Amino acid sequence: MTYQLLLPQIFLFLWAILIFIIDFVRKEKKHNLAYVALLGIVITTVLVLTSQKGELFGGMFQADSFSAYFNLIFLLTGFLTIASSVEFTQRLPSNKGEYFGLILLSMVGMMFLASAGDLLTLYVSLELTTIPLFVLASYRKDEFKSTEAGLKYLILGGISSALLLFGISLIYGLTGTTFLTEVRTTLIVRFLSTGNVGPALVLGFIFMIAGFGFKLALVPFHMWVPDVYEGAPTPITAFLSVASKATGIAAFLRVFFHAFLIFQVDWVMLMAVLAALAMIIGNIIALLQTNIKRMLAYSSIAQIGYILLGVVAASSRGVSSVAFYTFVYLFANMGAFITAIAFSHKTGSDEIKDYAGLSRRSPALAAMMAVFMLSLVGIPPLAGFMGKYYLFSAAIEQRYIWLVVIAILTSVISLYYYLNVVRQMYFQTSTEESPILMGAALKTALLICVIGVLLLGIYPNIFLNFANQAAMVFHY
Amino acid sequence: MNYVYFVPLFPLIGFLINGLLALARKSYSDGKHPLKSLVSWIGCTSVGLSFLASIAIFFELLALPAGERVVQKIAFPWILSGKFHIDVGFLLDPLSSVMILVVSGVGFFIHVYSTGYMAEDKGYARYFSYLNLFTFFMLMLVLSNNFLLLYVGWEGVGLCSYLLIGFWYEKKSAADAGKKAFIVNRIGDFGFALGVMLIFWTFGSLNFSHVFENAPHVLALGGGLVTAITLLLFLGAIGKSAQIPLYIWLPDAMEGPTPVSALIHAATMVTAGVYMVARCHALFLLAPVTMGVVAVIGAATAIYAASIGLVQNDIKRVLAYSTISQLGYMFLACGVGAFTAGIFHLMTHAFFKALLFLAAGSVMHALAGELNMQKMGGLKKYIPITFWCFLAGTLAISGIPLFSGFFSKDEILWKAFSSPHGHFLLWLIGVATAALTAFYMFRLFFMTFLGKSRMDPQVESHVHESPKSMTIPLMVLAVLSVIGGYSGIPHSLGGSNRFEGFLSSVFEHGHSETQAAAYHAVSTEYLLMIISIVVVVIGILVAHRFYIQNLNIPKRLAIKYKFPYRVLFNKYYVDELYAIANGIASVVKGLGVLIRKTQTGYLRNYALSLIFGAMLILVYYIFR
Repeated sequence: MTYQLLLPQIFLFLWAILIFIIDFVRKEKKHNLAYVALLGIVITTVLVLTSQKGELFGGMFQADSFSAYFNLIFLLTGFLTIASSVEFTQRLPSNKGEYFGLILLSMVGMMFLASAGDLLTLYVSLELTTIPLFVLASYRKDEFKSTEAGLKYLILGGISSALLLFGISLIYGLTGTTFLTEVRTTLIVRFLSTGNVGPALVLGFIFMIAGFGFKLALVPFHMWVPDVYEGAPTPITAFLSVASKATGIAAFLRVFFHAFLIFQVDWVMLMAVLAALAMIIGNIIALLQTNIKRMLAYSSIAQIGYILLGVVAASSRGVSSVAFYTFVYLFANMGAFITAIAFSHKTGSDEIKDYAGLSRRSPALAAMMAVFMLSLVGIPPLAGFMGKYYLFSAAIEQRYIWLVVIAILTSVISLYYYLNVVRQMYFQTSTEESPILMGAALKTALLICVIGVLLLGIYPNIFLNFANQAAMVFHY
Repeated sequence: MNYVYFVPLFPLIGFLINGLLALARKSYSDGKHPLKSLVSWIGCTSVGLSFLASIAIFFELLALPAGERVVQKIAFPWILSGKFHIDVGFLLDPLSSVMILVVSGVGFFIHVYSTGYMAEDKGYARYFSYLNLFTFFMLMLVLSNNFLLLYVGWEGVGLCSYLLIGFWYEKKSAADAGKKAFIVNRIGDFGFALGVMLIFWTFGSLNFSHVFENAPHVLALGGGLVTAITLLLFLGAIGKSAQIPLYIWLPDAMEGPTPVSALIHAATMVTAGVYMVARCHALFLLAPVTMGVVAVIGAATAIYAASIGLVQNDIKRVLAYSTISQLGYMFLACGVGAFTAGIFHLMTHAFFKALLFLAAGSVMHALAGELNMQKMGGLKKYIPITFWCFLAGTLAISGIPLFSGFFSKDEILWKAFSSPHGHFLLWLIGVATAALTAFYMFRLFFMTFLGKSRMDPQVESHVHESPKSMTIPLMVLAVLSVIGGYSGIPHSLGGSNRFEGFLSSVFEHGHSETQAAAYHAVSTEYLLMIISIVVVVIGILVAHRFYIQNLNIPKRLAIKYKFPYRVLFNKYYVDELYAIANGIASVVKGLGVLIRKTQTGYLRNYALSLIFGAMLILVYYIFR
């Protein structure tokens, strides 16, 4: 039966339910459910890796190399998030177990989304992704900022969903279908017969870009990001900054590269402008931040600008570089957040100035943080360099020199604030001498990130292969 | 040739082991811990082995016929994505083989020296791990067979330099100097990165052989594109090699430990710009405008930095300005198309400048860290080995005949005069710089080692010669500073200039050098040589008169010519330029503050911004 194609999603969903059940039955040590959740993710990963390619429900569900690639990103991010949440949940007064179930549910949504071949599937899986995240963002009920983060995220997320839905309905109104392939053919036929596709399609683009823009935290849809990132529990912030963004990327690519690629003149230039804005604004405001979570929030806004370079290229190398950079970004950003998690567990602080002297307190942790920061700047031979180079060269190939100039220039700006963390850790002194202690799960997560950052920089070919295959799904 | 993999591999292994050892213990300041000797052994032997491998490669290359001395070795495919293909590959030719010899050879002796110099430091293992890592990146830089891998080395050495300048982070000035170096360098790197991107855009490849072989067909001679590419690349070189106007980081970089100044900020990393220009000579020769810019900036930097060196009192700062000035010579050579001469001077400079820095370190070691030459004097009798070695270095850098600097500097001056790219004025500036160099170097030498002691009595009572681990590298480098030039004795002096012969296959595009000899009679070459020797001797005699015979003259002059003296002493007040760079940073920050104002924290405003954004896009489409 072809429903096998759905096996990873179905399994992970059942596993999430299982966690809720255990949580309900068990009385104590519920934070150990983290390990159950990790096991579930590992099994799902195996299922993804061994799964077949194909489509279901007449094309509503596409299991291809693209979905497999992004599924791996979601699974790895989820794994790292849960591994770094063990100590966090231990400290929670209540609701320790369902925390993990909610993360898994959100991941199920992401995995459906990566396979969406239809606008409704896409919308529903996007909601399944986001709704658990609203809850998770406000998980620290005792903390004002966390509740505030959850509420802001909920309301703004609702508005963006409305925008997206409006865009989808316009597309449906124009074409009479929600299947991406059919949307594409209908639009081409219409274009060939009338010579243009009319303003309604452009309006559809606008609202869909606005809807995805929220997910991707594109300027000017980025306002929620710093507040939510700062207020949410740090593991959830990490999850938001990587998995949720990857979801946005996957969704955007699915829709715009599957259905609208032929009309790229209508939206590519807009994306180039948005990329430039994101790089400029994100980097400039990040300069001012003194809180590491807010700094990483703005930096993630800038990073999405770099990723858009590959989208703007609108070529198979462009998509491949986007996919590759998503992995690069995953390792470096998760690593930075996990370091922040470990640091704040010990010190209770997220202030960058408190990182002073970390290289004496915990030399290994400081060295890893330095690697993450330098990778985010794009210093070779780390992953960030390779990823940026790949993105830039894809854009250069399509002659977007002005955009690459901005990208390189803003990279120079970004150096200043990323390096500030390194400077604090290495060149500032502090009276505090005690090392930052970490649990085994946290250590493992950090190690995975640092190996990823080094491997993708020094020997990127394995991932490049996967990224290339993922990019071959679309017709350019 | 398969040894080539080992050349960078050994220092990398050294870095990994020493890095782990640095993590293992908090402090290495205690006497003779076994782990500490392990650090020294790993640190030195890793670079030593890579030196041996470099020697083996050199002789293998030498055994090949001159035309076939280009070998590419691919370690592994780095980026494989369709036709987009870049290897981690090494290019072995006479140029890279000279460079790895210099880097690993001089590097090895500086590593050995460091075991003595840094013996008391608690960050001993950290220091050696950085130094090994630096050596690794530097070797990757000069061995790379493509621009991307070169860029890896380029950024890597910059990073290590940053870490090592700020090594003594307790000193605020050290941490600031590190930051300044990194930020100023990024301006250059910005240009370099753009240049590399433009090359990719033009050639669709970043492989040296592909780019250089196709350059004459793809790019028009003197065309806008090649001029843009080479100017951008040269901007990178300006930053890395501390030329006007981006030189301001190098004097501050002296806050790092002295062996670091010797290795990174004199002998190797700062010469990376010269190497890169020489490596890309096929591109530069297509852009006469850029060649002119290179020559002029080189000459201007040479005399400018030398003039500052005249009045500084900090022994390491004098050497720093001297390095900037000598790098200017190398760019002058490249700018007039005499790439061989530039690389030759790069090599001899690595010997004598490393020697001078290490000897200065030995002086500091003897005087408990004193840097001010006004508090030295008469050190000859206390630290004789350092004295003699320093003398050898001073003679070499001043260009006294029979010492290495003479041959390389004179070749540059000759080419500046005779090459078709050259000009009489360039030569004149070069000669004037030679006179200034002789003066400030002998001023330094006289003030430090001769005359009456001006030391604090309690410092004077503790003056001692440095341990063997420091003096032996000094002696080796002193020998090299003396004989290092004999590989390039010009034909006019009865030599065969084997150095030029060895490198000529690399720079075959630079026909200008051979043509130049045809245009000018040997007698002209002799005349120029004599002029430069005379001005150097005058420089030395003046220094002798000022700082040995009549100590009042410099004081009187400083009073009489107050304005020029103040200008020189305050380094033309150019450090304030850095304040401008900082000003730009604050403008950017101010901009950030303005934008941040939109981040009100109010949900309603955020919601509005979503709608507003959608409207904005709509407006974009309407007016498209």
